[in-house]
Amino acid sequence: MTDTTSFYELTVNGSHREVRDSWIGESLLYVLRERLGLMGSKGACEQGECGSCTVLLDGDAVCSCLVLSASAVGSNIVTVEGLAPNGEPSDVQRAFVDHGAVQCGFCTPGLIVAVHHLLEHNPDPSMIEVKEALSGNICRCTGYGRIFAAVETVVAVRKGAGS
Amino acid sequence: MKNATPTTTRSKGRDILGTSALRPDGVAKTQGNFAFSSDFQAENMLWGATLRSPHPHARIVSIDPTEAWKIAGVEAIIFADDVPGKPTYGLISSDQPVFARDVVRYMGEPIAAVAADHPETCRRAIAAIKVVYEELPVLSDMDVAIDPATPPIHSDGNVFRHQRIVSGNPDVVGDVVVEGTYDIGMQDQAFLGLEAALAYPDPGGAGVELVVATQWLHEDRKQIADCLALAPDKVRLVLGGVGGAFGAREDISLQVHTCLLALRTGRPVKVQYSREESFFGHVHRHPGRIHLRHHADRSGKLVKIEGWMKLDGGAYASTSAAVLINGITHLQGPYACENALLDAWATRTNNPPCGAMRGFGVVQACFAHEGQMDRLAEALGMSPVEIRLVNAMKTGDKLFTGQIVDSVAPVARCIRETAAIPLPPEPVRQTGSLELPGGSGRTSDPAHIRRGVGWGVSIKNLMYSEGFDDSAEAKCTLADGVATLKFATAEVGQGFVVLAQQIARTVLGVDTVILDTIDTQIGSAGSTSASRQTWMSGGAVDGACRLVRERLFEHVAHIHNLDPLQLAIEGTEIVDTLGPLRVTVAEASAGLRVEQTFVHRHRPTEELDENGQGNCHVAFAFVAHRAVVDVDTDLGLVKVVQIATAQDVGQVLNPLALLGQIEGGIAQGLGLAVMEEIVVNDGIVRNPSFTDYLLPTALDAPDVVAIPIEEYEPLAPLGAKGVGEPPCISVTPAIVAAIRNATGRDIMRTPVRPQDICLPA
Repeated sequence: MTDTTSFYELTVNGSHREVRDSWIGESLLYVLRERLGLMGSKGACEQGECGSCTVLLDGDAVCSCLVLSASAVGSNIVTVEGLAPNGEPSDVQRAFVDHGAVQCGFCTPGLIVAVHHLLEHNPDPSMIEVKEALSGNICRCTGYGRIFAAVETVVAVRKGAGS
Repeated sequence: MKNATPTTTRSKGRDILGTSALRPDGVAKTQGNFAFSSDFQAENMLWGATLRSPHPHARIVSIDPTEAWKIAGVEAIIFADDVPGKPTYGLISSDQPVFARDVVRYMGEPIAAVAADHPETCRRAIAAIKVVYEELPVLSDMDVAIDPATPPIHSDGNVFRHQRIVSGNPDVVGDVVVEGTYDIGMQDQAFLGLEAALAYPDPGGAGVELVVATQWLHEDRKQIADCLALAPDKVRLVLGGVGGAFGAREDISLQVHTCLLALRTGRPVKVQYSREESFFGHVHRHPGRIHLRHHADRSGKLVKIEGWMKLDGGAYASTSAAVLINGITHLQGPYACENALLDAWATRTNNPPCGAMRGFGVVQACFAHEGQMDRLAEALGMSPVEIRLVNAMKTGDKLFTGQIVDSVAPVARCIRETAAIPLPPEPVRQTGSLELPGGSGRTSDPAHIRRGVGWGVSIKNLMYSEGFDDSAEAKCTLADGVATLKFATAEVGQGFVVLAQQIARTVLGVDTVILDTIDTQIGSAGSTSASRQTWMSGGAVDGACRLVRERLFEHVAHIHNLDPLQLAIEGTEIVDTLGPLRVTVAEASAGLRVEQTFVHRHRPTEELDENGQGNCHVAFAFVAHRAVVDVDTDLGLVKVVQIATAQDVGQVLNPLALLGQIEGGIAQGLGLAVMEEIVVNDGIVRNPSFTDYLLPTALDAPDVVAIPIEEYEPLAPLGAKGVGEPPCISVTPAIVAAIRNATGRDIMRTPVRPQDICLPA
């Protein structure tokens, strides 16, 4: 690529990351994966329909395939790798494994980010609120039943811990 | 990035067979650390992309890559003439060109591939290649394809296969006769993890290594090696993490193109499809039309089934011939009936190629036979449950192919246990509720919603049919109390990795089971399809572990001067069943290394004769579904409220994984019932995206109440039947029957669209 490239910095999972020689048309998903080596965010539709690439952008859950990378300069980006940075799975990640919410796993990182985001803003969601919040994340393997079970468990455990 | 060797994840107790052991790759998948095939990168790597035909049928007049070569960063452009070996490939018959040379036969057929420094460079180069086409008449209709007067669009002809079944007394007439014509739309597997592969060329182009997401490494290797003109051992395949498959990865897609680009450039090349390209890059579920006439006596017992089935295989053969046989032999459904007169055709057209998808021909057959059972019930004044119980197949019954069903066949039990599941209460419906039909559109008037209940019951063959020599190989190594398993079984999400560990723990009494890389450095495991890996690769792992256990017992018996036959595994110990000896497997295997390989084969099957007679299938599984739907009759929108199911599974090996297969299959069957269809007009695909091809979301998921019918299957190595396909088969007709029940409309096609409910023909 010889046409317009650029240099900028992104703040990802609390770190400043330099992006060099990037074509200005690259999506945030592409830059996270191919330039910063953060392979946790997945591309599965590249038009914001499936949620596999969900990241937090200044606290909002967004499809990183729809965000122009250079437009994310100055924003705080959190990817699935940043949710439990010490290597130990978060309660949401643990519950997904324990309840069979993971099969092929391609949708899983996006769902994990979406569930963290949901519970941050609504610690005690009703089942219909869970379904609505996750309806932007397509899973083709599980039929969603075990995902709902995982979320219910996290909600119950967090409530128990807080009371 | 490389997948770390998965090791044991302990839940409670020992994760042996029968427990809900957790998958070893689960945590990595939640953390984003699991390497899917799209996650692999290499030093000095190029990107590849494919030029595809915009026309469903055209002659290629000329191809001019001059402008593409002028783009900086382009390293290779390859065409049909650059394929050094066999110019075509295919699973059953090798009729599909690696690249089209003179003619394109479907929209999206590959013509050229490009390697360049950046995906955007690839995109521009593809766009800059000038292809001049002369459009040809499009053959898009199955009846036209079957007509011998139609000029062939391929030298192999326009019919992939015709099969007839003539059974018993085809002249017998029933007291009651019902008939119907059923249409099934083209469904996409829509796995989430798009096609992706990374090829590493050997120095001097002597060979190639391909990291790829596939269902069948060895079959891929055979086809790739033929096209590359390399010996099979010069083509090494490694399974990249597979983001779902459902049949769509049984055929070659980007494998040959990726290897060719790597060999041409001498650099690693990665190819990764977009969602739109994926719709063109893999085969789909066959759309079809089925006409059936069912004869029954006054008690409702089936007397004869007659009719025809047409499946559109699209431009190339793929597995159409096998799908057709599965389809016609399952038109009987899970019901006893020995008289039949049936014809079936799989056609070649200029529509997208169709092949394997979960259910493999049986989904189409089931939609038709279940519609017929409801018509029969109505004609006889019986309930949907009664008519099915009257005819329920049982072990020992003869199929209309002449084959005796010697599998466990608890059809009546599946129906009864499903019927005993309580129906959901009808709620007080609130305007604007997300749980109404139409969901977040909030369009439904609660006063106009009608509830309906419908039934579907199915039979599904397990494993490959018609004399295919099917085998699976596995190797087990025991050293210092740790077992290592090696196999080429494609883990596509179904959870074979955890099942393999459970088997080894159970047989050998070890807790730590390491899984070696899944690649072609061992014999074939066959395909992860046809509900066959629990039986086949499970049988292979079990066999290898048992051989290792024999050696271990011999070792222990020798030391303690015992007969090895009196030793047994109890938990993690070896015990003398006739004496006091008790030693842990870890101690007994200290300093020892035992390695054994086992190949599992199922019993042989036969091809069908010209009358469709023969023992063509290995074994069968059964399932019942009952659907409850709410229908907005103003807008033609459907909410599937509940699916109740009881499934014949043999021995339950992992309850949690089983439930995952059941719920996931139901969601796919729901998709085919109410939303999923690749719309094709005159060979043009109209909706190749997730915006336009609709998939069930969390809000579409029904409540699922599932009961496993656990009866040990003596034919199966672990007593367990395959469980992957049955969940998605009869749920579709159950949902459509429920819509008929709610609306009173004779809906004869799936998926059911709003106009089918509101604007009936």
